[in-house]
Amino acid sequence: MNVTLVLFLIVVGITLVITGWAARRTRTTVQFWAAGRGIKGWQNGLAISGDYMSAASFLGIAGLIAFNGYDGFMYSVGWLVAYLTVLFLIAEPMRNTGKYTLADVISYRMSPIPVRSAAAFSTVAVSASYMMAQMIGAGSLIKILIPSLDTALKPWFNWTVLGTKLDPSITLVGALMMIYVIAGGMVATTWVQIVKAILLMSGAVLLSFLVLLHFGFNLGSFFDSIAGIKDSKSGLNFTQPGILYAYGKTQVWGVDKALLENVSLGMALILGTAGLPHILMRFFTVPDAKAARQSVAWAMGLIGSFYIMTTFLGFGAATLVGKTKICATVAPKCTPNSNLAAPRLAEYLGNSFFGTGGGEFLLAFIAAVAFATILAVVAGLTLAASGAFSHDFYVNVVRTHLLHGQVSDREQVLVARITAALVGLLSIWLAARVGATANAAALVAGVAFVIASAANLPAILFTLFWKRFNTWGAVASLVGGSLTTIWLVAIGPGWTVPVNENPAFPLQNVGIVSIPIGFVLAIVGTYIGELVKADRLADQKFHEIDVRAQTGLGAEPVPVA
Amino acid sequence: MEIDRSRPSQPSASAQEEREAGSAGDDVAYWEGLEHTEEFRQLVSARLRFVLPATVFFLAYYFLLPLLNGLAPNFMRTDVVGHVNIAYLFALSQFFVAWLLAWFYIRRANGLFDRLAAAVRERAARGRRTAP
Repeated sequence: MNVTLVLFLIVVGITLVITGWAARRTRTTVQFWAAGRGIKGWQNGLAISGDYMSAASFLGIAGLIAFNGYDGFMYSVGWLVAYLTVLFLIAEPMRNTGKYTLADVISYRMSPIPVRSAAAFSTVAVSASYMMAQMIGAGSLIKILIPSLDTALKPWFNWTVLGTKLDPSITLVGALMMIYVIAGGMVATTWVQIVKAILLMSGAVLLSFLVLLHFGFNLGSFFDSIAGIKDSKSGLNFTQPGILYAYGKTQVWGVDKALLENVSLGMALILGTAGLPHILMRFFTVPDAKAARQSVAWAMGLIGSFYIMTTFLGFGAATLVGKTKICATVAPKCTPNSNLAAPRLAEYLGNSFFGTGGGEFLLAFIAAVAFATILAVVAGLTLAASGAFSHDFYVNVVRTHLLHGQVSDREQVLVARITAALVGLLSIWLAARVGATANAAALVAGVAFVIASAANLPAILFTLFWKRFNTWGAVASLVGGSLTTIWLVAIGPGWTVPVNENPAFPLQNVGIVSIPIGFVLAIVGTYIGELVKADRLADQKFHEIDVRAQTGLGAEPVPVA
Repeated sequence: MEIDRSRPSQPSASAQEEREAGSAGDDVAYWEGLEHTEEFRQLVSARLRFVLPATVFFLAYYFLLPLLNGLAPNFMRTDVVGHVNIAYLFALSQFFVAWLLAWFYIRRANGLFDRLAAAVRERAARGRRTAP
């Protein structure tokens, strides 16, 4: 048995022990969806970091910087600054007015049937695209980093479902995330995310330390060596902006295209985080608004430190390993793969500091960290997506409002578990199905964050802060914002792996167009709703949500165990 | 009494259930009344005084980075110390500015905002007791 497999089994073992422990604390609805609201501020801060820093950010950003230099760092900056939006505008009002899901807040003043259905739709759209990216990434990573595992899994998960051959690695990730969520709900998910955050931070600190050690803790010589790497196409060195975003080359609508792409990406990152259902859900797990605030503070500390360290991971890989050697061994040659920047850096550092065994061990460690990273994020996503189906759609729309029934706690938890299973199975199948054609990184930053900012953010902000906002406006932004984004991405250049050379929409990052459209739809929808006098209650109920959001009056209490 | 359902000391009914029950005009009047109290106005204006300028500032500061990278690339590529250039230092400063703003916010929220919110809750509790 090799070291990679052992470390991997340790990660799986720890998470399963956590799940077993959590399962005994997951009986009621509030335990399943919100961990009984008993998570402490600092714990939730760690869990938010674990929920947020996906494989796309750990491996993806290190790779972007390693291959493109400075421009890749732009993602790192946006991903931290985004939390100011969350802290200033969203976190505390969410805790004060919400129960389990994003839709609980948006449907507060509105007609529950249309708004909950619309919010369930946008939640599933965000979570599904996020999930696909993680699952596809997980599949290819396991094949490359832990090939022995993939081979070992083959005879076990060798199924063909509805004409699609399932991917053994993806199936394993899916099976694990289903176990966490079904058995342990939010309690298990939270602690898996906390463990992952600790692992990820230790991995990043260790690699950064070794990179600095290599350069004798001399930042000057580190940057000298980064500046020594030249991009052949532009002639720029790696410390300079302009390699990934080739400024001043082509124009779109009379403006520099690279500039538009970069600003557009920034908009999605800065505004999207505040609309990600799986992140917002975390604020319902703490006892009160003050703890919600503290958890953002902890998360910002961790997330910021991590993204600053991407400087060392990314540039370290660029200088010490080099673009040509950041590759996946697929016989007979090694094909460049930017996702492997951090793992290859770990291998190099291990070899140079601790000898051959050290390289193997560090590579295995980083592979295990990446694996834990993926598991923690997909568990959070499964929870968010199944919350939309079971809590919003089944319990609140179908059973409560259409059938006018009372839904027992038992039934709610049962339905939650069933939907989590369905979400898991569906994503295993979908990821195997689209795996070969979709561009995973583009899915996260390009679709999930943009839908979150074009559909969810206007609906949340206006619900909380705009008195006139009503059901029509909410539905218009939730559905319209999601559909506009999906449509623009589909006709743009970013959707498929062989990039579309002549797309109908010029930009890969569609946020700069679809986010304003989302806000405009919310406003126009509101005025149309007002004209047809569709929703007078929304106006009256504003007073209540206004006071509740600001003061925490009548906020969901911590249940007595 | 109808209105007692949302008494803060024993918050039970969710907004949805209240809405479902077709909350009486009393209820709207109650919340609107709280909205118009001196304590609540102070809370909202204190929050606005911080959040509005801070949000405008961080958005402007953040978007200045891609804008300068795109519009003044040669300026941004200027080395400051060794090969550390303006573009990198500016990007790095974003982290510290974000942390600093978060720290300012949390300090003010833990002190002023929480105190004012508690005053509104106190007022609400008093109002409830004297209500018929």
